[in-house]
Amino acid sequence: MNAIELKHVSFNRGNRVIFKDVTMQIPQGKVTAILGPSGTGKTTLLKLMTGQEVPLSGEVKVLNTSVPNLKTKALLALRRKMGFLFQSGALLTDLNVFENVAFPLREQTQLSEGLIQNLVAMKLQAVGLRNAAKLMPSELSGGMARRVALARAIALEPEIIMYDEPFTGQDPISMGVLVKLIRELTDSMGLTSVVVSHDVAEVLSIADHVVILSDGCVIAQGTPAELEASGSDWVKQFLHGNPDGPVPFHMPGQHYSEDLVAQ
Amino acid sequence: MIKLIERIGRSTIAMTESLGRASLFLWMILVGLNTFVARVSDVTRQLFNTGVLSLPIIMVSGLFVGMVLALQGYNTLKDFGAEDALGVMVALSMVRELGPVVAALLFAGRAGSSLTAEIGLMKTTEQLSALEMMAVNPVHRVVMPRFVAAIVALPLLTLIFMSIGMLGAHLVGVVWLGVDAGAFWGQIERSVDWHEDILNGMLKSIAFAFAVAWIALYQGYESIPTSEGVGRSTTRTVVQASLWILGLDFVLTALMFN
Amino acid sequence: MNRNSRMVEMSVGFFVLLAIASLFFMALNVSNFKSQSMNSPYVVHAQFDQIGGLKVRSPVTMSGVTVGRVTDISLDSTTFRATVSMEIDGQYNAIPLDSSASILTSGLLGEQYIGLMPGGDMDVLQSGDYIELTQSALVLEDLIGQFLLSQGEK
Repeated sequence: MNAIELKHVSFNRGNRVIFKDVTMQIPQGKVTAILGPSGTGKTTLLKLMTGQEVPLSGEVKVLNTSVPNLKTKALLALRRKMGFLFQSGALLTDLNVFENVAFPLREQTQLSEGLIQNLVAMKLQAVGLRNAAKLMPSELSGGMARRVALARAIALEPEIIMYDEPFTGQDPISMGVLVKLIRELTDSMGLTSVVVSHDVAEVLSIADHVVILSDGCVIAQGTPAELEASGSDWVKQFLHGNPDGPVPFHMPGQHYSEDLVAQ
Repeated sequence: MIKLIERIGRSTIAMTESLGRASLFLWMILVGLNTFVARVSDVTRQLFNTGVLSLPIIMVSGLFVGMVLALQGYNTLKDFGAEDALGVMVALSMVRELGPVVAALLFAGRAGSSLTAEIGLMKTTEQLSALEMMAVNPVHRVVMPRFVAAIVALPLLTLIFMSIGMLGAHLVGVVWLGVDAGAFWGQIERSVDWHEDILNGMLKSIAFAFAVAWIALYQGYESIPTSEGVGRSTTRTVVQASLWILGLDFVLTALMFN
Repeated sequence: MNRNSRMVEMSVGFFVLLAIASLFFMALNVSNFKSQSMNSPYVVHAQFDQIGGLKVRSPVTMSGVTVGRVTDISLDSTTFRATVSMEIDGQYNAIPLDSSASILTSGLLGEQYIGLMPGGDMDVLQSGDYIELTQSALVLEDLIGQFLLSQGEK
């Protein structure tokens, strides 16, 4: 059973080809990692799944609904089933932590104030920040902001949650906390998690399924063990972070010796 | 020659396009007005940001503009022995032109630029996308309350600007230079018309508020989400809003006082 | 948050009150708002040879007190004199019928207004009456003459 399916998706931005013929499946109730070098359009891929971008051709199916041709209302309804964790956290700066987590509940439901307070306390407890409820976003560290954003993303109990580069710029402890949270939330709430990242080691430690993207194509797809065993040099270089290999250390061009002036 | 035509064509298309986008944006704001009731507390907060925080600069500038007008006017009118007309002179320039225009220019600089910067920064930090992802229309949640607040705030600020300016003129004209207080205020009362002058001045102020809010919010919403892009949009807001204020002022004056 | 939002609401309230106070100040002290609302006004007319710079909405005064306002100025096509219609506040309903109207100037370069001088008649002006005794505005030449004279004396 797949929560998200992409079939032969192509996408251009201006004249630049971002994706050509991308096909991937994201299984339900598992942590799927989408890996790839910087600038391969991983964030764009998430935007295709949430309907913020429309593909040039191909099929994007989320929870068995075709996303690109949805009407606004249906799209909003679908988004209510998706949580999204932005790279920066994207907390609303004019609201405190409590109000930020309460925000989707207030906007999308008619729950009573007491119920909202309990729900927010529960979500904040899940990310370990119940006692930070009164702080403003500007008073949080980057890792805490991301955890609050995570609490907000799960406030409406979504079926899918997407993480856009959740580990970038985090110290090892916050990173460990986030890794643990992603795994725990996925298991305890039966969520489908999609993690877009280039922090290979952290992601591989929790991922059930891995998709590797490069140059707008899917290079490899499978469980971490399967990828580890795959023969592709490129995949090996990427997974181990070797400085030289199929992706050369030196930018291709004229040979070094030609630039050295003979004395 | 062909290049020139090409360039004219290209900029015309670009202009039409941005005009279209700006109109669409305005339309979205107006549609968003039907969620107004649910957003009253947001509007109050924005009234604080745009109105209350602009008070100091508006009050101080109003005082000085009134004082300078009185001083300049006195020196000119003295030559004709018409010092008694000082009040009228200051009041008419204050109510018809300087009040609405200067208050709007200050508002564009103080509140307009901060609106653009704030929304641009919200875009940069993905807050607008986050709202979209939470199935909330960012135009309704973020833009509309600011739009309403700006349109309410500027006319109120203009009234305060005018009153304080008149008090400043009183300080210089009556207290310092010794113009007779009765003549000063009496002539004002007889010559400044409630409808023709004050209400028209307020109408101008509302038109300016509309222009400033529209430009500032649009620039913020369409800004390129980098710190450089937001900076450039902020500058553009102040420049465009100021030009629009002065241009609109000419058109409105021609319509109202002819 | 709570305290903060109370502070916001209080200062917005203060801001709005300040603006309302300003509106009252502008209305009462910096405009003719007070004299705009007249109690059951009545209209009288007067004909002048020369109205100078008199305009619609110029004040009509009696002993310096504003009692009304010019509402219409037109030219009588048979006598070629200017017909000025003015609204007088209903509370001044006992102005003698033989009162005279003159066009005066407030200050040398000030605006022009109509000054009413009370007569001695027992009958009073009613709506639609004509004030027969009128004195025209000073013509421009006279003003220039006066101006030159005052310059010459310096």
